[in-house]
Amino acid sequence: MQAANQSKQSVITGPAQIAFRNFNFYYGEFLALKNINFEMEKNKVTAFIGPSGCGKSTLLRTINRMYDLYPNQRAEGEILLNDENLLSPKVDVTTLRARVGMVFQKPTPFPMSIFDNIAFGVSLHEKLSRAELEERVQWALVKAALWPEVKDKLHQSGMSLSGGQQQRLCIARGIAVKPEVLLLDEPTSALDPISTSRIEELVIELKNDFTIVIVTHNMQQAARISDYTAYMYLGELIEYGVTDELFLRPKKKETEDYITGRFG
Amino acid sequence: MELLARRKLTNQIALGMSMAAMAFGLFWLAWILVTVIQLGIDGLSLSLFTEMTPPPGAETGGLANAIVGSLILVGLGTLVGTPIGIMAGIYLAEYGRFTLLGRVTRFVNDLLLSAPSIVIGLFVYAVIVATTGKFSAWSGAVALALLVLPIVVRTTENMLMLVPGSLREAAFALGAPKHVVIRKVTLRAARSGVVTGVLLAVARIAGETAPLLFTALSNQFWSVDLNEPMANLPVTIFKFAMSPFEDWQRLAWAGVLLITLGVLGLNIIARVMFRAEKLH
Repeated sequence: MQAANQSKQSVITGPAQIAFRNFNFYYGEFLALKNINFEMEKNKVTAFIGPSGCGKSTLLRTINRMYDLYPNQRAEGEILLNDENLLSPKVDVTTLRARVGMVFQKPTPFPMSIFDNIAFGVSLHEKLSRAELEERVQWALVKAALWPEVKDKLHQSGMSLSGGQQQRLCIARGIAVKPEVLLLDEPTSALDPISTSRIEELVIELKNDFTIVIVTHNMQQAARISDYTAYMYLGELIEYGVTDELFLRPKKKETEDYITGRFG
Repeated sequence: MELLARRKLTNQIALGMSMAAMAFGLFWLAWILVTVIQLGIDGLSLSLFTEMTPPPGAETGGLANAIVGSLILVGLGTLVGTPIGIMAGIYLAEYGRFTLLGRVTRFVNDLLLSAPSIVIGLFVYAVIVATTGKFSAWSGAVALALLVLPIVVRTTENMLMLVPGSLREAAFALGAPKHVVIRKVTLRAARSGVVTGVLLAVARIAGETAPLLFTALSNQFWSVDLNEPMANLPVTIFKFAMSPFEDWQRLAWAGVLLITLGVLGLNIIARVMFRAEKLH
């Protein structure tokens, strides 16, 4: 309950894009997330860290209601996206997912051309002319820093790219829909160090246009790229704060133990 | 060092045994192929494809009506069985994976898959031939469709299950409705496997005799009328091979060779397609 109280005094300094209010999440009977209360700032990078199984991915996947796919998963409370409760039954998940994009741990290119991979999401939500669509695909690829590498082979299969390129393709695919929020679920854990640093640079670049939430196992990564960090443990939000402060002067003993490697 | 030597020996024994097992299997297959080619090659000629099945003792004759009949029956059976099978497979993998209806359907499909083809033949005989009072090509096509169905259901389901869940989630995460996810992403990812399943089903029914014996029967003459009995390779082979006439027997072997080459060709196409997609 301390966690809840702590976030009452607002951590963020700018406008909130996403806010969790008295949020609980269940896998069947099991309470996986306990009374989550905090806000994430618009156009900032928020990182979720914590040991495996702490619920950080689960928390991320509630923001685009990914759990709707699984009948025994259920959420309680509120998640506000620009003050609108996205758990409300009135919210249409397909529209919600156009506003909240997601990139997964393993690159997931669709079995189609690079162009069609990106056009796929766009065509679901907008009716664009061919020229507009081409322009949008290029825009997304430029944003995802992939354009120079693929501009001559847009009609090759997306599966033919390297792992790091595939992941940037997935980021391009996510931002092509022009969402407000981009969720990244351990986006670099399957990548080599060079691809990882490219994606990290990209994330910092992308926060100008999108609010970014990233789950990472890598504390250095959280420290490098995020503005705010949430430390989670056993389904609870233990500490949430400005990244530099949380890493240099953690307020909680548990947080300190984790980030100094005494536990984890 | 002694441990290493023992491991090497064990490895060699295991390798030797599996090689022997493979050789044993291949040996019979090769023997069958050689026999079929040896005995069938004599009957191979242009007239095989242009002339009708002859009466016994005739100097000439071919299998034209049986070849065309088989193509029609197998084609119709596949055309009917495949779409239903693919849709049922999609249901099992994408919609009913954990539901009671899905589990029951899967079980019934497994039963159908292992049902002897003669049972299918007798079933269609009882339901269609006996009620309409005549053997007909379309009842044969129905029997073949019933054989195609469970194979296609099973392979479609299996191939869709192999598509990683993360690919599905990625498509949903872009706001795609379920039918779009299935049509454009999962089915597409499983495409080569599904087509392979269909080809294998075609190969399976191409040589089925029992279901046709009770339904399409056979026909000595040229007929493409679906309401009449229709000549087909398996039943013709059955009839000719059992006969005492040497020219009929020669034609039967030629027919066996045709089916074997056809099935072999389909299998090779299926393999090549599957591999091409994997390398993609």
